[in-house]
Amino acid sequence: MQSLSNRKKILEQEPMNFWERIYLPAIFKGLAITLRHFFMKKNTIRYPEETREYSKNFRGMHSLKRDELGRERCTACGLCALSCPAEAITMIAAERQKGEENLYREEKYAAVYEINMLRCIFCGLCEEACPKEAIYLDGPHVPPEYLRKDFIYGKDKLVEQPFINLEELSLNK
Amino acid sequence: MEFAFIIEKFILIIVVFVITLVIAMYSTLAERKVAGFMQDRLGPDRAGIFGILQPLCDGGKFFFKEEIIPAGAHRPLFILGPTLAIITACIGSAVIPWGQALTIGDRVVELQVADVNVGILYIFGVVALGVYGIMLGGWASNNKFSLMGAVRAASQSISYELAMGLSIIALLMVTQSLSLKEIVAQQEGFVNWNIWAQPLGFLIFLICAFAETNRVPFDLPECETELVGGYHTEYSSMKLGLYMFSEYINMFVSSALMAAIYFGGYNFPFMYDLGLSANWITIIGVFVFFIKIIAFIFFFMWIRWTLPRFRYDQLMNLGWKMLIPLALANIALTGVFIILKDKFF
Ligand code: SF4
Ligand code: SF4
Repeated sequence: MQSLSNRKKILEQEPMNFWERIYLPAIFKGLAITLRHFFMKKNTIRYPEETREYSKNFRGMHSLKRDELGRERCTACGLCALSCPAEAITMIAAERQKGEENLYREEKYAAVYEINMLRCIFCGLCEEACPKEAIYLDGPHVPPEYLRKDFIYGKDKLVEQPFINLEELSLNK
Repeated sequence: MEFAFIIEKFILIIVVFVITLVIAMYSTLAERKVAGFMQDRLGPDRAGIFGILQPLCDGGKFFFKEEIIPAGAHRPLFILGPTLAIITACIGSAVIPWGQALTIGDRVVELQVADVNVGILYIFGVVALGVYGIMLGGWASNNKFSLMGAVRAASQSISYELAMGLSIIALLMVTQSLSLKEIVAQQEGFVNWNIWAQPLGFLIFLICAFAETNRVPFDLPECETELVGGYHTEYSSMKLGLYMFSEYINMFVSSALMAAIYFGGYNFPFMYDLGLSANWITIIGVFVFFIKIIAFIFFFMWIRWTLPRFRYDQLMNLGWKMLIPLALANIALTGVFIILKDKFF
């Protein structure tokens, strides 16, 4: 058939010549290649001892942030749960009581906050949706577990460790 | 005297046997290491430094695996298969001369288990028997894939034994002897190695050795991509282990054979010019022999991780249409050279 683009090429397989038929030259070429690889630098990362470096904008495990006074920032507005395409986030809101001002930044806080890490696709939309800069996907990847229920992370795993002021500690002593 | 002789041979047999098994064992590790290195990986290195305990772990695992004999299988033959495979693999090394004679006190100890005067034929016979292990196992499994693997193994080994035998005939024309001890003893030093007299014969022999040991690129009897596992599809636990082990022992024996008949065996360059005592020459010779063997084993692995498997028709074409004519031509050429040499030198 006529080629419309004029770029048609007819490739015909030529019968193998003698050297190709006895395979030997090709075999030696192959051997040289594999021998070169034998002495090359190995790419193996011996995992538990060595870890691959994460890229700067790697989206890993979530953490719920605290403010500079160590109070939880999340106000349980539910925007993260709403924005989540995988429906991975659930929470139960509660009202801050008197005397809890040092624990929660806003008047409403999340009493329960759960992310199902098996549902989560690490898209980062929760991070973008949050008006309080309370959630970031700045952790490493999620470690393996044996049971599905262990992948549902509650506040115990998500909330950042309270900020410890070393100076204050030493003063108290 | 007679008793001492038996003791001596007994010790030698045990030593050869243990060395064979240890080398076969570590070949399994080396195989994976070589594979890893050629693919820019490290290979197994968790069990002991550099993975040195890996073969022990694998062996232990094989022993503790569940033993499964399929319901339709022919039980006695199913068990006989791997047994035969490993026995024939092990007895091949009996006629290989590992070194010259050692003189201990006034006893002369030959470092060869049996000096059969038709040593090469013995090895051929044993190798030919080896395929029965595969055939029996494949047939007794009562599985079409196993059977196909077995049939392939049989026809492959017949096809390549021919070319192998023909390449050996040319060698025998040069050496004028069938005894391995003789052949190795003739190749003193470096220039007398048979490889210089028989390069084409060696190449044919090498290719056939790959085919006879069922190594890639001729591993069609087990061919995972087409036949699941080929003749050992139905095998599990240590029976499978024995099949694999026999493959590595075969590799070791054929490496030893090639090193012995083409690469001078225990002979090394300048062996008599260094002013060493006979015993030292023997010891270094044994050492050199093992270096040659290990080099060949490495070569087997190197090829395995370089070449893809042949198609079955290519395998047959290569065997019948290339190797056998080449081997015949090699015999004719060798004859011509021998006559020319006699006439003019
Ligand atoms: S990262 Fe995406 S999927 Fe995961 S919880 Fe946040 S919004 Fe949902
Ligand atoms: S993490 Fe942010 S978006 Fe989600 S409930 Fe808390 S404040 Fe709202």
